[in-house]
Amino acid sequence: MNSSTLRKYFPLFVLPTLLSFCLSFVVPFLLGVGLSFTEFTTVTNAKWCGFQNYIKAFTDDTGFLHALGFTFLFTVVSIVTVNIFAFALALLLTRGIRGTNLFRSVFFLPNLIGGIVLGYIWNLLINGVLANFGVDITYAASYGFFGLVLLTNWQLIGYMMVIYIAGLQNVPEDLLEAAAIDGASPAKTLFRIKIPAVMPSITICTFLTLTNSFKMFDQNLALTAGAPEKSTEMLALNIYNTFYGRIGWQGVGQAKAVVFFIIVALLALLQLKLTASREVES
Amino acid sequence: MIKFPKRTVSVLLAAALLLGYAAVLSSCNRTEGITIRYLNFKPEIADKYKALAAEYEKETGVRVLVDTAANNAYEQTLAAKMSTSEAPTLFQINGPKGYAAWADYCADLSDTELYRHLSDKNLAVTGADGGVYGIPYVVEGYGILYNKAITDAYFSLSERNTSFTSMDDIKNFSDLSALVTDMTAKKSALGIDGVFAATSLKSGEDWRWQTHLANLPIYYEFRDRGVDLSSDATKTIEFSHAENFKNIFDLYINNSTVDRRTLGTKTVVDSMAEFALGKCVMVQNGNWAWSQIADVAGNKVTADNIKYLPIYTGVSGEEMQGLCIGTENFYAINKKASAEEQKAAADFIWWLYSSEYGKQYITEELGFIAPFDTFTEDEVPSDPLAKEVLRYMQNESLTSVPWNFTVFPSQKFKDDFGASLLRYAQGSKDWAAVKSDMIASWNRESTS
Repeated sequence: MNSSTLRKYFPLFVLPTLLSFCLSFVVPFLLGVGLSFTEFTTVTNAKWCGFQNYIKAFTDDTGFLHALGFTFLFTVVSIVTVNIFAFALALLLTRGIRGTNLFRSVFFLPNLIGGIVLGYIWNLLINGVLANFGVDITYAASYGFFGLVLLTNWQLIGYMMVIYIAGLQNVPEDLLEAAAIDGASPAKTLFRIKIPAVMPSITICTFLTLTNSFKMFDQNLALTAGAPEKSTEMLALNIYNTFYGRIGWQGVGQAKAVVFFIIVALLALLQLKLTASREVES
Repeated sequence: MIKFPKRTVSVLLAAALLLGYAAVLSSCNRTEGITIRYLNFKPEIADKYKALAAEYEKETGVRVLVDTAANNAYEQTLAAKMSTSEAPTLFQINGPKGYAAWADYCADLSDTELYRHLSDKNLAVTGADGGVYGIPYVVEGYGILYNKAITDAYFSLSERNTSFTSMDDIKNFSDLSALVTDMTAKKSALGIDGVFAATSLKSGEDWRWQTHLANLPIYYEFRDRGVDLSSDATKTIEFSHAENFKNIFDLYINNSTVDRRTLGTKTVVDSMAEFALGKCVMVQNGNWAWSQIADVAGNKVTADNIKYLPIYTGVSGEEMQGLCIGTENFYAINKKASAEEQKAAADFIWWLYSSEYGKQYITEELGFIAPFDTFTEDEVPSDPLAKEVLRYMQNESLTSVPWNFTVFPSQKFKDDFGASLLRYAQGSKDWAAVKSDMIASWNRESTS
């Protein structure tokens, strides 16, 4: 097929996908942004009210800023812990030890369980341990925080590990051999060869962990539901509670969701730029 | 293998996608005869509604589609469904607050047959313009359930520090408190873990306290201040009966089957199971809880041993207080539906509460105490809790406490109060802070 026929048929071929993209993404997105400037009960029944929803989200509602701070803290801790553990596991499981495949499957499995189920299971587990001390996960915000970190680690490590394993297996054998002949220590091989070589995997993994932890909802709902007193409520849950729990606040919930989107988009862009600049051309 | 030219394959794929759209679009526009869409609130009786709908279609030819919202998700489901082309014709609101949220969608029901037969017109939800926008379709009651087998065992103990001889002697909070405290002291002799079932304070499981129990102090406060419930005067409170709430709440959590610090993990089902298994004597709940008790495997509580006690909180004159009787289930008809559909929905609910078939279903299958004069005195549910509610309602000397929690400002207020109560139970928040937060939350949620 030459380029002129391709140009001729281009609109026809792109149309179905474009239409799907518009119907399922562009239109709802624009509608959502539009609704954040209105007061509404249902999406077809809205009254314009300007920036009032945005002002309300940041002034009247103290919970939003707290949720924002909590989510940031949680995301930072999760990114660091998930990636370090996942990378360590990947290193271990690319050494050809016995049962490698079994271990890989076992570590990957938690990722296949839904967030709500995981949340309830960990709720039981953590409460079971804390019951020995006469308390439970709702007792203090720090319990909920570490519970969430634990849960996220357990869920995401396997997935990230698989990506790191793929990256590590692609490190050129001759490079490693050359390093060994030159007498590089294992630590030096790790930091000078392996890590630079898997930089693309690190980009993907940090990006996935970032968005996954920042947008976390079901695990949060099932594990703590914000207890005690909304102090472990993350952004997505806060938006949900605003939208559905308060009469006449749907618009504010929508405004929060737009703010949420902008933050996630900015963070993701920034993060992609930072890590992509350090990738090695292979 | 047959080889298709690449171009043919691509065109076919594109065509398939377009066909998909066409199918979706055409299914939206299918037209039929009159269909009533009902969004049901109670998941536990969803199947029974479907059977009723089938019977109605057989009798009249009108289709009734019953959709059911998941537990605790009615408002969400309603909001989502209302903006579609398949919006419910018949839905329900939970009282004045629900009406405020859905006013644009509630048709005036004052001319409907069902409203004419409502026994107590005060129960309906009315608007400022005098129109009727919600018809209650069930009357429910809650109080403290007790297991008479265990209280009788207590009264037959030779050594006890109270002089009561039966539960009829318990007339106010100080009686109840004395009884409960002494029963706690004798719990090993009675074979129980505690007097009250666990005060479930897990998030989403705390409605028995942040809504139902909170109803009592709010009712007394509004009564003392002479507040008109449909006015804006309900927008601020002083929580003047906070001490009464604390009285009974302390009694619940300090004489319970479990340590008060672990209440954050307890659910309503846990509490009802403890009661059904005879691990405790009392539990606060309503007559809807009968199935939760009867269905517990190994249930040790027999139907004739379940009795009701009003929730005494230490308010003066409470000897004459009855159970908390009311409802938060009101039928509303979608104003934005066509006139025929609105009429069809009104006809359907009238059939439900007036035809022999419908009435039998309401009392026997659904177990509703119906607030309409189409029901005779014999047409009442046969479960023991509904009978107890009726017994209290028919006792002329007692004053029932209405469900004023229908004017509680928002779900967020209730959730905040529940979370606050949990921290109080855990010992990390003092009562003065609980009280002031509750007032602040109420006033903030009412005005915003």
